[in-house]
Amino acid sequence: MKLHEFQAKAIFRKYSIPVPEGSMALTPEKAAEIASGFPGKAVIKAQVHVGGRGKAGGVKLSSGKEEAFATAGTILGMDLKGLIVKKVLVEKAIDIDKEYYVSFAIDRAKHMTVFISSIMGGVDIEDVAKKSPESINKSYIDPFTGLKDFHIRPFLKQAGLDKDACAQASKIIKNLYKIFLETDANLVEINPLVLTKDNKVIAADAKMDIDDNAMYRQQEIYDMVKDELEAQPEHQAKQKGLSYIKMEGNIGCIVNGAGLSMATMDIIKLYGGEPANFLDIGGSSNPEKVKYAMQLLMGDENVKVAFFNIFGGITRCDDVARGLISAISELKVNFPIVVRLTGTNASEAKEILKGSELIFEETMIGAAKKAVGLVAR
Amino acid sequence: MSILINENTKVIVQGITGRDGSFHAKKMIEYGTKVVAGVTPGKGGSKEHGLPVYDGMSEAVKATGADASIIFVPPAFASDAVYEAADSGVSLIIIVTEGVPVHEMLKLDRYLRSKNIRYIGPNCPGLISPGKSKIGIMSADIHMKGSVGVVSRSGTLTYEVVYNMTKAGIGQSTCIGIGGDPIVGTNFIDALTLFEADPETTAVAMIGEIGGSDEEEAAKFIKTMTKPVVSFIAGRTAPPGKRMGHAGAIISGTSGTAEAKIRALNEAGVEVANTPQGIADLLADKILAGAKK
Repeated sequence: MKLHEFQAKAIFRKYSIPVPEGSMALTPEKAAEIASGFPGKAVIKAQVHVGGRGKAGGVKLSSGKEEAFATAGTILGMDLKGLIVKKVLVEKAIDIDKEYYVSFAIDRAKHMTVFISSIMGGVDIEDVAKKSPESINKSYIDPFTGLKDFHIRPFLKQAGLDKDACAQASKIIKNLYKIFLETDANLVEINPLVLTKDNKVIAADAKMDIDDNAMYRQQEIYDMVKDELEAQPEHQAKQKGLSYIKMEGNIGCIVNGAGLSMATMDIIKLYGGEPANFLDIGGSSNPEKVKYAMQLLMGDENVKVAFFNIFGGITRCDDVARGLISAISELKVNFPIVVRLTGTNASEAKEILKGSELIFEETMIGAAKKAVGLVAR
Repeated sequence: MSILINENTKVIVQGITGRDGSFHAKKMIEYGTKVVAGVTPGKGGSKEHGLPVYDGMSEAVKATGADASIIFVPPAFASDAVYEAADSGVSLIIIVTEGVPVHEMLKLDRYLRSKNIRYIGPNCPGLISPGKSKIGIMSADIHMKGSVGVVSRSGTLTYEVVYNMTKAGIGQSTCIGIGGDPIVGTNFIDALTLFEADPETTAVAMIGEIGGSDEEEAAKFIKTMTKPVVSFIAGRTAPPGKRMGHAGAIISGTSGTAEAKIRALNEAGVEVANTPQGIADLLADKILAGAKK
């Protein structure tokens, strides 16, 4: 679960990491009001989960209340790489001397927390890694000892900060690590970490990604993101035990298991079709889930065909079949349904579905070809 | 031979009185796995499927001499159960639980490695050596005893592959599901190393998916192997930045794509099937060709 910059900065403040003065606005009026609260220029930043907001036109400077109103007006409602901007962060502009990069992340291959730092901040770290890998430092942290001074020292040295700035940066990095642990983050990142012309170290940007698996013990964070989260169909599906991701195609998929769901999408594409979604109904055979899955597909106006791909194991095919029967009798499904059921109780399932208008196929490839053919007609 | 488990492996089921633990304990017993006890704190002294239930792991291991444990404990309590298993004397721990926080895994991983304990998962279906033992949740009837090792990050996708293999008359030495989380105890290289050393295994099917770089690392290792490896990678159509069901199945930025993994495998001389069924065809070719690279 990614947090917006303004949400991450609220957490930073709680942990005494200095951030520029400012707050979030939903309207140009509010943005103008915030901007008039401090002297000098204001930065207006789109709050959407895309990288490279600045380059895409989602971050702008303005001076004065009227300009802030106008600038916020152009950013709010803007389409940034497919996402509509609904919130902006209005902040006091800072006088930048130098820009650095610091983050804590989880290194999957090493099974360790990694502290990544660079003296080239303010740009995409993936680009820095390609162009000037020598500017990047990585230290790996044992979870039982935690962050130590020696992990940070190479960065402080490379950054060439004076004693006072070193103390500030060191405190920020230690508190960032604390946030990383205490919020169950996959990533906490400051890019850029700024040294101002008056020798102050400030987090000019903030990025956080929280482990979805830890949400049960991160109530404060959940409350923070609740409204936005609960409006997403993906999240609504998750509450019902389904894993759903909308795509752009027209063949709706209902599958059990994440790997098989991905493979089903791939095979549709391989035979010339486009998947409308990823949908994993999980390991249980609850007929209600099948019905809800069908409703999700019906809610997507692009869907022209449904493709059921069930590999029975723990999931019993006859249970899925019952769910399917109740779904088609209760809902007005207006597209053909291609069904492929194999494994536990598959023959019972076929018996249950006999006489229905469903189209049966024995293999995954056969079913994919059939679904693609139906769309093409 | 087979890898990690055999007909003599003695298993304890942690969380045996829960819905899933009880169901799968029964299935494992029916398969012939030597399930020797169950553990559920507070239920010590009771019986489940005729097996003794203990309050804690150390007394259960002391009483039964178990070698392995399989964990069906809800995510919030799973790490406690794993530490308990680690301190009890078993040498193999299989974590079926899905949803263990990654920060818990970082600590567990460090701890288990320091004690030289092998663990598989979390968020995995476990493993089966057909005809010998099953410590996991896969349905047994799709498997067939044979000489191909199967290693996978996914559950049902593996069943699909194995089902097609069995239908084509290609049996399995051991099938191991390593789990769909970002941090897992046994990775592809670990499993490939074991298969390479196993005299009963003549070829390996590796089923990967988007996210991380485990497949790319494995590709480098495969170059040093004498046994042929074939592969399937799921997620060619997955959009970047979205978690595809598994916590570990995510393309971050430009890393972890199916294309990069397939390229790395092809460069290592590994044939990658376009469909899960394609694995069986590739294996049939390899076996006919004398199973030599």
